[in-house]
Amino acid sequence: MAQTEKWIKSFEHFSRKITDEKSFLNELDSAIGDGDHGSNLTRGVAAVNEKLEQQSYDNLSDLFKDIGMVLVSKVGGASGPLYGSAFISMAKQSKESDDISSLLSSGLDGITKRGKAETGEKTMVDVWAPAVDALKDGTLDQSVIDSALESTKDMKATKGRASYLGDRSIGHIDPGAQSSAYFFESLLEAGVTDE
Amino acid sequence: MSKSYGVLLVSHVESVASGLKQLLDQVASDVTIRTAGGTEDGDVGTSFDLISETLESFEEDNVLCFYDLGSAKMNLDMATEMTEKNVEILNTAFIEGAYTTASLLQADVPLDNIKEQISKLVIKE
Repeated sequence: MAQTEKWIKSFEHFSRKITDEKSFLNELDSAIGDGDHGSNLTRGVAAVNEKLEQQSYDNLSDLFKDIGMVLVSKVGGASGPLYGSAFISMAKQSKESDDISSLLSSGLDGITKRGKAETGEKTMVDVWAPAVDALKDGTLDQSVIDSALESTKDMKATKGRASYLGDRSIGHIDPGAQSSAYFFESLLEAGVTDE
Repeated sequence: MSKSYGVLLVSHVESVASGLKQLLDQVASDVTIRTAGGTEDGDVGTSFDLISETLESFEEDNVLCFYDLGSAKMNLDMATEMTEKNVEILNTAFIEGAYTTASLLQADVPLDNIKEQISKLVIKE
């Protein structure tokens, strides 16, 4: 299967997970944020699906750029510019290489540049960074994603809306890390990570 | 357009942005002050599209931007990267920074002096 088809399939998996788990993501976000992560992302992925249905793609760059711009425009919360920047960075990188780890590594760069977050701050970066590292050495699997996600629970948020809660953010899974876990699971399921 | 700098206020809530504009208009009647508050549906949040459109709507080439919370900054950053305008995002306390700046723009104080004066109001990175 062509890379573009695999990525589209992966995005379908991601959309379904986000939409199915909308309430759960909102619930996670209610504990430490403003409670709309699930609703915001669901709105975003629905708009992306609408766009993908109208267009056909013969290269990753156009696909990523469209996904990124729609997410930026439609999501409404911080996750819009963050996921959007990831895809826009990947759109640029895909002109150089369609290697999965180099693509997602530039996606991570897009997120850290936009959100100015580092690992250990209880954000989506805490799933993206270990997942990208594992991709680089070919060891990404469900257990890597699960343990990265779980690690956000004991972290104290120092970036994002949860940081206003300080120590009270400890003990909760970060909602952006949860949606990022769905993102990487979708890549595995759609076979994007297969050689 | 009677000053070289316009002021853009970005908030998660439309009425917060428009309320702040009301406050600023009182001391800076000759300064163009525009708002991008809330999402396009009027919900709580910020909108890249709304921010971009509002930036483009300024006659001024130079726009000083103030914002409330996280995603407002990220959407502002993205809009700034995509516009031809000369945009500066100020990381001050939203109300105090915008109010001081608007007052000083009205009095034709040069930007460098304004920035020096509001530097102690910087509370965001």
